[in-house]
Amino acid sequence: MTNHWIDIGNSDCILIMGSNAAENHPISFKYVVKAMENGATLISVDPRFTRTSSMADIYAPLRSGTDIAFLGGMIKYILDNNLYNKDYVRAYTNAPFIVGNAYGFKDGLFSGYNRSARKYDKSKWAFEMDKKGVPKMDRDLENPGSVFQLLKKHYSRYDTRLVSQITGTPEADLVKVYKTYAATGATGKAATIMYAMGWTQHTVGTQNIRTMAIIQLLLGNIGMAGGGVNALRGESNVQGSTDHCLLWHIWPGYLKTPRASNVSLAAYNRKWTPQSKDPISANWWQNYPKYSVSMLKSFFGENAGKRNDFGYDWLPKVDDGKAYSWLDLFDEMYKGTIKGFFAWGQNPACSGANAGKNRKAMANLDWMVNVNLFDNETGSFWRGPGMNPSAIKTEVFMLPACVSFEKEGSITNSGRWMQWRYEGPKPLGNSKSDGDIIMELGSKLKEVYKNKGSVFREPILNLKWDYTTNGMYDAHKVAKEINGYFLKDVDFPKKKKSFKKGQLVPSFAYLRADGSTSSGNWLYCNSYTEKGNMAARRSQKDAVNKIGLYPKFSWCWPVNRRIIYNRASVDLKGQPLDKNHWVIKWDGKKWIGDVPDGGWPPLGSLEKPNPKSKWAFIMRKHGHAQIFGPGRADGPFPEHYEPQECPIEKNPMNKERMNPTAAVYGTDADAYATCDPRYPLVGTTYRVVEHWQTGLMTRPQPWLLEMQPQVFVEMSEELARLKRIKNGERVFATSARGSLECTAIVTKRFKPFKIGGNIVHQVGFPWCFGWRWPESGKEESANLLTPSVGDPNTRIPETKAFMCNVSKL
Amino acid sequence: MKVTRRKFMQISGASAAGLAVSGLGFDLSPVRSHAQMLKTKHAKETTTICCYCAVGCGAIVQTDMKGDGRVINIEGDPDHVINRGSLCSKGAALFQLGENENRLLEPMYRAPKAKKWKQVSWDWALTQIAKRVKKTRDATFARKNDKGQVVNRTTGIVSVGSAALDNEECWIYQALMRALGLVYIEHQARI
Repeated sequence: MTNHWIDIGNSDCILIMGSNAAENHPISFKYVVKAMENGATLISVDPRFTRTSSMADIYAPLRSGTDIAFLGGMIKYILDNNLYNKDYVRAYTNAPFIVGNAYGFKDGLFSGYNRSARKYDKSKWAFEMDKKGVPKMDRDLENPGSVFQLLKKHYSRYDTRLVSQITGTPEADLVKVYKTYAATGATGKAATIMYAMGWTQHTVGTQNIRTMAIIQLLLGNIGMAGGGVNALRGESNVQGSTDHCLLWHIWPGYLKTPRASNVSLAAYNRKWTPQSKDPISANWWQNYPKYSVSMLKSFFGENAGKRNDFGYDWLPKVDDGKAYSWLDLFDEMYKGTIKGFFAWGQNPACSGANAGKNRKAMANLDWMVNVNLFDNETGSFWRGPGMNPSAIKTEVFMLPACVSFEKEGSITNSGRWMQWRYEGPKPLGNSKSDGDIIMELGSKLKEVYKNKGSVFREPILNLKWDYTTNGMYDAHKVAKEINGYFLKDVDFPKKKKSFKKGQLVPSFAYLRADGSTSSGNWLYCNSYTEKGNMAARRSQKDAVNKIGLYPKFSWCWPVNRRIIYNRASVDLKGQPLDKNHWVIKWDGKKWIGDVPDGGWPPLGSLEKPNPKSKWAFIMRKHGHAQIFGPGRADGPFPEHYEPQECPIEKNPMNKERMNPTAAVYGTDADAYATCDPRYPLVGTTYRVVEHWQTGLMTRPQPWLLEMQPQVFVEMSEELARLKRIKNGERVFATSARGSLECTAIVTKRFKPFKIGGNIVHQVGFPWCFGWRWPESGKEESANLLTPSVGDPNTRIPETKAFMCNVSKL
Repeated sequence: MKVTRRKFMQISGASAAGLAVSGLGFDLSPVRSHAQMLKTKHAKETTTICCYCAVGCGAIVQTDMKGDGRVINIEGDPDHVINRGSLCSKGAALFQLGENENRLLEPMYRAPKAKKWKQVSWDWALTQIAKRVKKTRDATFARKNDKGQVVNRTTGIVSVGSAALDNEECWIYQALMRALGLVYIEHQARI
């Protein structure tokens, strides 16, 4: 989230699309309701009339997988009716930038497409630069080559009639949503978006969110209280585990995983440190080497130094242009190239798209380590439905982890708040904290690698591994390492500060690239300082602006800034655009309110900015938010493509039916079916309030299982009549990849869609089930149906829109 | 004296133990339920953050300090600035996540082609895992790729998980996996 949960209460208009917050993030609704009590409008856009919809002022249905068409129509509406916030757009976004002549868009393809490689040459989308190397701009937004004019042209096709034919949303509903939401383009008004996996789990997932980000920028809603782009994250620490980068492509703090072509630390830092020639651009990532070197010092401690490139060669490199994502690794496992597998606190036998492929893949392994609270469908895959244990050679080690309140440590919520929690009871039985298991495994590995004949043992032996106290894992020691230490006495004459060796670093502004500081994750530098454990703070006192920041309750990254991009919440003089819910304010000498995005003074003017000031979007190389996004794999502007599996032969918007860069796979388990009479129904998945994710932490609980005991398929009364299916009856659901038995729930919540003159039915399945619980073994994962196909930027699978069928048993 | 809701509960708890109630000006002890006394009398109180979705709601865990050392009750934390004491159905069932007979309590091992689990010791399990990791890693380790560039990695071992870990656990876990040379490191955020 750019903002945070409490801040939703400051909004004038809340769009909930791609999420069902009332059911899946129930406590967030405390703040939705608060905003509504203060006059805010709630809009719900969803294929199904959900619990969120039932609270909304406006509900609009859409067919799964058509969000870009829906939102693209809103962009057109905003531009056609001059509802954008011109002062904001020209000052803070790249709308004034001039795009080079090589850029083009025709028949659904941007310039630079290579069909055999299914990739774009993104250099075709570059900005025009002036002699100094700064992007050329037209702050009046009139140059036909400007981002603003190209945006207008691109979305000129998205009229409500065509949008309605694609999405199935009645035109009147579209206009109602557009008009209400776009009204927040007025200065002093803010609208927010609450989205979740309903937007990410598509072959156009990244561009779904980009489309909304463009809308938020046009309306001047980023950086504002009650605004922003807010991802409702589904797991209590999925924000933290992402920040610490349990992901193939990034190192802690969103540093890049080195590519094979980054042959030395210097080459790596050079490659990933952006250069800006604009003196008014903060270009914050110019500090990259300070963060990468400090991280290596946390990895290897005294064993890392200038003499050995701080241990850079000890860490693995990935091949340039190759992906090592979830879908890719299960594809490789299915093909048999992977021998060993750790499934740590995750249940891929139920959570992964095309779960049947994943389960079969596990039988190709030599060994698996499964760490969990319960004996799950992953650890026990070899005794699951359709498996023959005597034919499966995989060894499985299943280790019992304790629950979260039996140990101490921190987690980071969706609003980036890092919160400390404590040990209540000791771990039950012989279960252990994950921290203890990891520490002990690391020590065992160091032991077995003492042998001189071992392969490349330096990184294992040199890994700093002193995070225990009296033989037990110590979360405080790790938290301090993540924050970082001064490793020598260091002076900062400009800041008039000096620090002693062994002191904790007060913030990332003090990290250095010479090995004199450590920091396991620069983003968390400032979280555990000489003043103590910031995440454990409990102050009830709000900040001076009284917008619910609670700056001394827990801690949030970066540097306790509660609303990011907040330099865009003020005018050029530094005065708040929204006087009632102001975030920061320049008092003539300094900023007050939230921690500002840098302490530099206000810009003053666009024509002659104060040379001491910086453009608002400090993380961008050129200092401006990106309406035109030339870094994306599938184009600088979002474009509507149909899902990999869809009910129509042709994309009504352009000549490319599906995202031409989507990640597709080719094993016999990767079947896809479009316009196939065997699978005529659009399918989607979701959750229920009683269960969580695959249900592994809720299905073994009698209270919750009793409330929601069975996997179901939800369908319209119209479809049920057509299929002669009765409410409550057990039915059979199928897709090109798998099948499951489920209970039919016939409701008014789904309605048939009219898509380009045809009737299209949609059904939905909760994905919270699996054969381990309930004990009947008959309530299976809906991911047996979903396709292994991914977004080209993130490789997140398209589990929210696929084709299926339902029949009587 | 400013009394927060949490403080109020603590003070009213003290009144039941026979202490004077000076800050409140009235005595709540007659209206206190027997059940509430039971859950606080011999309990250690710790705060936690709910382990389900990412709203980050606060809860209070009461742990028995006299009997079996287990959880007596878990409820919403009224002084948590986000949830102010509220919890959803899952958060309200946190107690049963901890006190649950289905929990896995011992390390288990499944041998190749076996039809059953076998209970094993931690030391045996971790020793065997370390041996498997070493064997597979050493057999699949690549110093260079096809182009001859230094890569120092193994593609024979993969890891998925975990958003279920604390931040500090995530950090040491990724450090260990990367030190081993894994490149296939993924978790919930990818799906």
